[in-house]
Amino acid sequence: MQARPVLTIPGLETVYDALASAIDQAGPDKAELFLVKLALLNANALGQPEVFSAHIQSALQDL
Amino acid sequence: MHQPAAHPRSSIYYQYKVFQPWLPSAHPKQERQKVVLVGAGPVGLTAALELARHGVPSVLLESELQVSEGSRAIVFTRRSMEILQQVGVAQRVTENGLPWRFGNSYYRGQQVYRLEAPHDADDRFFPMINLQQQYLEEYLIDAVLANPLIELRWGNRVTHVAQDQGLARVEVDTPEGPYPLETRWLIASDGARSGLRSLLNLKLEGASFEGRFVIADIRIDLPLSTERRAFFDPDWNPGNTVLLHREPHGIWRVDYQLPAGETPEQALKPEAMKARIDALMAQIGFAGLPWEMDWCSVYSARNLTLPDYRCGNVLFMGDAAHLLPIFGVRGANTGFQDAQSLAWHLAMVVRGLAPEALLANYSRERVGAAREIIDEAGKSTRFMTPPSRGFRLLRDAVLSLSLTQAFVRPLYHWRTSRPHEYTRSALNSPGDDTLLFKAGPGHGAPPQNIRLGADDYLLDHLGGGFDLLYFTQETAVPAALLQVVNAARARGLALRVIAVGARQPVTGADQTLLDADGHFRQRYGVTADGAAYLLRPDQHICARWLTLDASRLQAALNTALAQPAA
Repeated sequence: MQARPVLTIPGLETVYDALASAIDQAGPDKAELFLVKLALLNANALGQPEVFSAHIQSALQDL
Repeated sequence: MHQPAAHPRSSIYYQYKVFQPWLPSAHPKQERQKVVLVGAGPVGLTAALELARHGVPSVLLESELQVSEGSRAIVFTRRSMEILQQVGVAQRVTENGLPWRFGNSYYRGQQVYRLEAPHDADDRFFPMINLQQQYLEEYLIDAVLANPLIELRWGNRVTHVAQDQGLARVEVDTPEGPYPLETRWLIASDGARSGLRSLLNLKLEGASFEGRFVIADIRIDLPLSTERRAFFDPDWNPGNTVLLHREPHGIWRVDYQLPAGETPEQALKPEAMKARIDALMAQIGFAGLPWEMDWCSVYSARNLTLPDYRCGNVLFMGDAAHLLPIFGVRGANTGFQDAQSLAWHLAMVVRGLAPEALLANYSRERVGAAREIIDEAGKSTRFMTPPSRGFRLLRDAVLSLSLTQAFVRPLYHWRTSRPHEYTRSALNSPGDDTLLFKAGPGHGAPPQNIRLGADDYLLDHLGGGFDLLYFTQETAVPAALLQVVNAARARGLALRVIAVGARQPVTGADQTLLDADGHFRQRYGVTADGAAYLLRPDQHICARWLTLDASRLQAALNTALAQPAA
């Protein structure tokens, strides 16, 4: 069995920059739509609705 | 005094016929009726025909003098056709309707989803067939007028209803004034704005409002095949969904949601209609093609049902019982199943073959079906007409992704009306072998049609009562089984025995169906002689056995007729 890939600190920083830039690129009118599309693509890659639901709960905290 | 319109409705393709009103002065004193139906739409007409088939006479009251205005219900499902076959009009619908099986979804000019409805080689009818409701009503009315057990009274409008001592007393208004009518059973098939539902002060339950839609029929010469087309978020109606269906006689149905903040009056203004229909035609590549309007209306999508379809001696069915969303052709197609179900349940009670408790089963099964449909329809509705900001965002994200990402495209799947399976019906036999079967329709399921030969299918041979499919290659049905069958018949129950699989006519069977290649037995999961299926008068399965014996057949018949255990 393969170990779950881990997001390294450099990897997290790459994601951080890429996401921030993409939100800016989408613009204020389309940022929300862009983020929902991204979430659906990630959910599809994840393939685990229950893990996705846990992510939703985590993200809803401390808004 | 009730004054229904006496001029034919106008239409560019349909000739309306105005019937003479039924006037009380021309008829002797009214006898008490066994069954009176209120509303001669497709559902009321079908129920009256099914009741007659079960030997029950009825009076059918219709407030208008002609069939319904506009095409209304235009898509009929395979199961509806199987029910219409039972009442003798499927042939005419087949001859005049447009069958189809493909549904397409478009976004930004691209086809993002194509649905192929399955069409089994064993099915006689296509998954869907399009025909304007006026024609279907006309065919049903012709069948009703030819039936001596049904009295159709045009121009008769129910204005008052009271119930006592197991009777419903109604006041019926006519063009010469009212008359009283007494009946043991009163059936409400008076549609979405049911007068009987209001008179009895019954409340529908569920989500009250799902959006408003313009529905319009236009005559236009579009060189397109008969398929369903859904356009999402078109430039001329941003955020909304537009549907296009082909009807016979060069007529096309356009459905679209009203833009936010627009009233029905504004939406139906000729200039507003023209601009939008022109925009739709331009969008699909037919800008400037001339068209002519036949009929248009605004439809409110609702998702509601009565919690109980029996109120004393009044029984509800069709849109009078529930209001279901426009997506998924669930209105009339659910109504036909109600009509077929109510007719057989009520006929058994009227003819003294079952206690009144059987009617509770009608309500349980059909309310259950309506709730299932409401649940399923909700999934379509939340995609077609998103109810909140969050749902709209998700829908828009899916539209956008669908241009390049295949995984989201199944969300376009259009859930259509399908026959409800009465899996947990109280009429299913608890002591049968259903769990031991590896194939075939189980408890409460609608029948699996079987192609027997050229233009010859199993369902052609069923209906009008209970059917026992008995699988055997022997020369006779066992005497002990026939004894149970004959005893039931002696009580007045219509029960036919159809032998399947023998090369020669089977003694004791009403009919023998050859199954030379074993295909029938295979689809029904039958591996040995002596297996059997019991079908209710609506052809749903209520019992099946690997080896049928007399006592289990008797038990299944008792259960199916809500008889107390012996």
